[in-house]
Amino acid sequence: MDLTTKYLGLTLKHPLIAGASPLPDDLDKVRELEDGGIAAITMYSLFEEQITRNLIGSEAHIGAYENSFSEAASYFPEVDLLERGLENYLDQLQRVKKTVSVPIIGSLNGTREGEWVNYASLIEEAGADALELNLYFLATDFDVTATEIEDRCVGIVAKVKERLGIPLAVKLSPFFTALPHFAKRLTDAGADGLVLFNRFYQPDIDTDELDVQPMLELSHSSELRLRLRWLALLSGRLPVDLSVSGGVHTGIDLAKSLMAGADSIQMVSSLLMNSPQVIGQSLSELTHWMEEKEYKSLEELRGCLNYQHCPDPEALERANYMRVLKSFRAGSSFR
Amino acid sequence: MLDANEAVASVAYRVSEVIAIYPITPSSGMAEVCDEWASAGKENIWSDVPEVVQLQSEGGVAGALHGSLQAGALSTTFTASQGLLLMIPNMYKIAGELTPFCMHVSARSLATHALSIFGDHSDVMACRQTGFAMLASNTVQEAQDLALISHAATLKCRVPFLHFFDGFRTSHEINKIQTLPNDVLDAMIDPKAIASFRANSLTPDRPTIRGTAQNPDVFFQAREAANPFYDVVAETVEEEMAKFAELTGRKYSLYEYEGPEDAEDLLIMMGSGAETAAETATYLNAQGRKTGVLKIRLYRPLDLKRLVAALPKSVRRIAVLDRCKEPGALGEPLFVEVMASIEEARQSGLLSDSFCPTVIGGRYGLGSKDFTPAMAKAVYDELNASSPKRRFTVGIVDDVSGLSLPVEADFDIEADQVIRAVFYGLGSDGTVGANKNSVKIIGEGTDNYAQGYFVYDSKKSGAVTISHLRFGPGKIRAPYLIKNAGFIGCHQAQFLEQYDVLEFAAPGAVFLLNSIYPADQVWDHLPEEVQTTMIEKQLRFYVVDAYSVAREAGMGGRINTIMQTCFFAISGVLPKEEAIAKIKEAIEKTYGKKGPEIVQKNFEAVDQTLAALQQVTVPGAVTAEFKMPPVVSSEAPDYVQRVTSVMLQNKGDSLPVSAFRPDGVWDVGTSKWEKRNIAQEIPIWDPDVCIQCNKCVQACPHAAIRSNFYDPEELADAPDCFRSVDFRAKDYPNKKFTIQVAPEDCTGCSLCVAVCPAKNKSNPREKAINMRMQEPILEEERASYDFFLKLPKPDRSTLKDDVKFTQFKEALFEYSGACAGCGETPYIKMLTQVCGDRLLMANATGCSSIYGGNLPTTPYTCNSDGRGPAWANSLFEDNAEFGLGMRVAVDHQMGIAKGMLVRLGDKLDAKLDATLVDALLNAEQSDEAGIAAQRERVVQLKSALSQMDTPESKRLLDVVDYLVEKSVWIVGGDGWAYDIGFGGVDHVLASGRNVNILVLDTEVYSNTGGQASKATPIGAIAKFASSGKQTGKKDLGLIAMNYGNVYVARVAMGAKDTQTVNAIYEAMRHPGPSLIIAYSHCIAHGYNLASGMEQQKLAVDTGAWTLYRYDPAKHESGENPLKLDSRKPKQPLYVYTDNEARFRMLKMKDPDRAKELGRLAQSFTDERYELYERLAQPFESKPKENK
Repeated sequence: MDLTTKYLGLTLKHPLIAGASPLPDDLDKVRELEDGGIAAITMYSLFEEQITRNLIGSEAHIGAYENSFSEAASYFPEVDLLERGLENYLDQLQRVKKTVSVPIIGSLNGTREGEWVNYASLIEEAGADALELNLYFLATDFDVTATEIEDRCVGIVAKVKERLGIPLAVKLSPFFTALPHFAKRLTDAGADGLVLFNRFYQPDIDTDELDVQPMLELSHSSELRLRLRWLALLSGRLPVDLSVSGGVHTGIDLAKSLMAGADSIQMVSSLLMNSPQVIGQSLSELTHWMEEKEYKSLEELRGCLNYQHCPDPEALERANYMRVLKSFRAGSSFR
Repeated sequence: MLDANEAVASVAYRVSEVIAIYPITPSSGMAEVCDEWASAGKENIWSDVPEVVQLQSEGGVAGALHGSLQAGALSTTFTASQGLLLMIPNMYKIAGELTPFCMHVSARSLATHALSIFGDHSDVMACRQTGFAMLASNTVQEAQDLALISHAATLKCRVPFLHFFDGFRTSHEINKIQTLPNDVLDAMIDPKAIASFRANSLTPDRPTIRGTAQNPDVFFQAREAANPFYDVVAETVEEEMAKFAELTGRKYSLYEYEGPEDAEDLLIMMGSGAETAAETATYLNAQGRKTGVLKIRLYRPLDLKRLVAALPKSVRRIAVLDRCKEPGALGEPLFVEVMASIEEARQSGLLSDSFCPTVIGGRYGLGSKDFTPAMAKAVYDELNASSPKRRFTVGIVDDVSGLSLPVEADFDIEADQVIRAVFYGLGSDGTVGANKNSVKIIGEGTDNYAQGYFVYDSKKSGAVTISHLRFGPGKIRAPYLIKNAGFIGCHQAQFLEQYDVLEFAAPGAVFLLNSIYPADQVWDHLPEEVQTTMIEKQLRFYVVDAYSVAREAGMGGRINTIMQTCFFAISGVLPKEEAIAKIKEAIEKTYGKKGPEIVQKNFEAVDQTLAALQQVTVPGAVTAEFKMPPVVSSEAPDYVQRVTSVMLQNKGDSLPVSAFRPDGVWDVGTSKWEKRNIAQEIPIWDPDVCIQCNKCVQACPHAAIRSNFYDPEELADAPDCFRSVDFRAKDYPNKKFTIQVAPEDCTGCSLCVAVCPAKNKSNPREKAINMRMQEPILEEERASYDFFLKLPKPDRSTLKDDVKFTQFKEALFEYSGACAGCGETPYIKMLTQVCGDRLLMANATGCSSIYGGNLPTTPYTCNSDGRGPAWANSLFEDNAEFGLGMRVAVDHQMGIAKGMLVRLGDKLDAKLDATLVDALLNAEQSDEAGIAAQRERVVQLKSALSQMDTPESKRLLDVVDYLVEKSVWIVGGDGWAYDIGFGGVDHVLASGRNVNILVLDTEVYSNTGGQASKATPIGAIAKFASSGKQTGKKDLGLIAMNYGNVYVARVAMGAKDTQTVNAIYEAMRHPGPSLIIAYSHCIAHGYNLASGMEQQKLAVDTGAWTLYRYDPAKHESGENPLKLDSRKPKQPLYVYTDNEARFRMLKMKDPDRAKELGRLAQSFTDERYELYERLAQPFESKPKENK
């Protein structure tokens, strides 16, 4: 089965890529991913706060003690090492590029316009084949409107795109009021791809410690459904590639994603939880299923269940919604 | 622009193959920079990278050097003071074997009545009989140049060289010099000489033996065989100097005279003081005097012919100044040698009999006492007195032996075209860094010359820095502090109320103040004294709100760039536009690699600064309604008011000799009189949330938060603001409880808040104590603290030996100068709470001796009975033995007392209860009640003895207090215990005596700036392990356990304080040697120390620091003495190490190596725990023996 895919102008041997995760920090794991057959690898995110926080911390807890005591002008050799957050990222990206031959996608994460453009260019210079911009933030300000938030994102994309030579994908959260319109704006601003979706880590309350605890839970196949719906809605309507991320664990998940219209599919949790063999397994599951259903190519499969052919997606949605409500029956032991 | 340390190291590095070192102030900088270069792969002139090896002590260094030299490698080292002394035995050998070798010494004082890290010639003078040649440099330029000449000369003549220059004054002075390129070094070092050196080395290919034992028949002759080598040293050095002059244009001579041909008054000196004298002579000669200076460069061998040739024959009066003291000698060494030389020269015809100058000898500059032109003039004046003092001191007021010369305070020879600026900063505000930068900007970026010298406080944090900067069109000599500055910068407004900041302001000078008040308000916030000075001296006043500008530019609390910009804008040292451009250039250079955003922020700060800088019109009259507050309270003891307070104001130089005890003994309890007020926020107690666990009190490094419980009646006179709550302890019903902060002593480290386990249920962000702004509540808290201190304390003998109740015992270690958040001090504080009133402490040199004994104020104090820790610092390497000596003496005196009691027995019984003597002899003193009871008995005994008047009764009275047991503790850091003092520690552990060793393990040499020790763990970056420490941490505990009779505990207060407290009591009570190894977080670990106790928990949870106790008492019952007090590590090591910069830095620098060492560290940790688990296995119970 020919699974060749085009995503962000890159030719991939199949649609399955590794999404942003800590894996590329370890060159051995990177090699394993390639050996396992992955089509492309996304770097872990470069967080703008990391850079500034390191600097502030370094000034406060290391720099503050320099040149203040006669017996010790400093307490560390080569103090400026701590401030190499950006360089380390770029170094690692270069190392990853050298280690494998699959395309490498850089990942940037931040909230302010500031240094995006600059970091994006540096990532391109370091050899990334594409860049994924992770516009991750929670709207907590009572005075900031939805339009302002959208404007900010669109502005960042436009600015980055001005200088960037490599393709740009934008990773979104699902919590936009009018996602299709927003997706259109981003595409107009120059995004080559949209990634659906970010996973927000919902903190839990620790009743013993009387504290709010950040929780990291890896994804579950059930989360895929949210992505499938939006993929289906956006697929075929905008001149932009679509990538799905969050909840992809099996070959059937791959199939569903493709049917909803995904151009590429990102796996993260599954790769973190399992050995890289899961790549080959999922692909063969997909291929097997395709053969069973007599699909001869990806083109036949892709987007077959999207909403493009449906005249009134909103009406369809509401109809489905009512159907779901009606069909619910409480189980006997349900509390 | 370099300081001498860097300049000298640059030469030594490039002409050496092996560099063996041990850090010691002020030489450490030379070693550190060599280590940095070697790590970066910088090559010497033969394209090799020298090997830098750290040893366990300077004694070890000397041995390693001896070996390296014998085996044919070009070797060098850098040292000073005590370290140099430790090298002496090998110096004799190296010289005796005619080994080409050059070492560099930043000359420093030796510890006598006190330790001094500062400069004088005591250390090098202690080496003058070793057979080394000695070459003195007087300036930064000379230090570099003569370093090369020394290396070249030693290879030629085979006599080893000790090259020296003044510690701090030259070693740390930044000045503009001509550097030496490789080809000059290449041209000076003779490859043939190197070949000879190697041909002569110890090798099996041409075997020889060295170090034979020689007998009376031949030793003497064989020793004298070296004479011809010494005879040609002077000539050789001259030749090298000539070669050097040809290569660089800089001429040096062995004995350099500076002055007119017809000089009548001559000063003879070595070191930077000679420069001062030379400048002064020039000035005086311009006024018609005839003065000169003879600078001694080659001190050993002292070449009589050349020395005499350099003496102007017109000289009638000579003063020889020595920068050392040799009590009991006819005079100091240089003086005696000059005297002898002149006499010798006359007798041998080198000088005519008519050459008969008066020669007097004096001392100056001990411990970096500044040597100023006024002092040089005083000596010249003394020479012309009708009967000059034969021996004198200059630079102090000696009202005890009357040796000091009067010095004209206002005498000033500094040139007008030199700009002089003095800056007062806080250690953490970056002032010094910015000034070092300014000096570079001028010195390297323009044709001007610049000089920078920096003076620091005695405190390890929150300390004042004073920068002395000079700029001018010509070379700057002036190796002394600025007295007349055209620019004074005060970067912290609170200094105006603590120090005489304007003391060095010249008339008409500019004064720049960093203040939150704008130009139209700031005047009203100045104390009377400051206003008066400003008007009198007609100062031009500028003000800037640097913290605001910094905040707005997003730079947090770093005001250095801002203040630097102001300086350049106002001082006119460069045209303003040029200055700003150069600052921006420097910003780009320094911050460029941190990211363009940081550069941009700094640029904005520069631009906003110029807008924020305002000139203030100085009114014609003083309007202040307040004066500077008194330095110490009027309730302070007399000595503190007369002497300490003067030192606290930075005016200690004015104190006369009579102010000081002649034996160096110092009073306890002085730190309580110094109210530092450095905390912006202090912890405030919330009684309603508090669970009364006392962990905050335990964690405080400075004893600045305390607790007490007392009768409710005591609150009758309490101020309204005083907080108190019912004490919830069933053993103490109907009591009140208070936790109170010492608002003026707190350093704001917030560890108390971090360790507090109690959260406010309605607002979990708040705990039972919370940090609040100090200023608004200062009055109240001061009143509360004063009241708190007056509350009666509970009877010690009723307090349980647990975590909580131990903290109710009075801490006799308070308000030290340790860093805010220090991890060592809580242990010391706890020790004084447990047994401070009967404690003798032998404290090794290191952080604990600095915060423990650095003047003007020291933290050990006594209780209301007048008892408290008796603390002493001897040296570094001898601390364990020092403590052992104390133990032996104490035991012996107790033995004397007991013996006499027995002998006097019947004579006493009549006056005392018959059972009293028996009770005294057999007292059980292992707890507070026992100690208290014995003290009572001794009181009775003393009263009985005072009614007797025999020699025996008097002798017994001398030692009667020794009947009460004393606890001897030997305290120090890992640098001492694991490395330099390990031999002593081992011996003391093997002695079986009842001594307790407390190792405050920071896993690095903290005090001297973070050099690796054998306690440094795998993967940590430290100086001399800048690629991460490869080898595992030495297990001091296991080694000690090996003896079987040593109590050993490994503790970490932040992880398990119950175990820490138990260990201290158990160690104290163990009737033999004890060793406690205490995990101490430190600024050298690289993170916010407010998380220090949290990190301790992680260290234990990940297995990096296993807790255990080995109690020999268990041998009795057949149990395994070793018990693990922490569980199997449940988290991987990186959870702990990722939080600390000392580990993370390696990830940044070399991720692959970091990973490798991370793996190594994890397996080391796993194996080690496995080993402990096995060792701690319960013993199989022995089968009952069948009889």
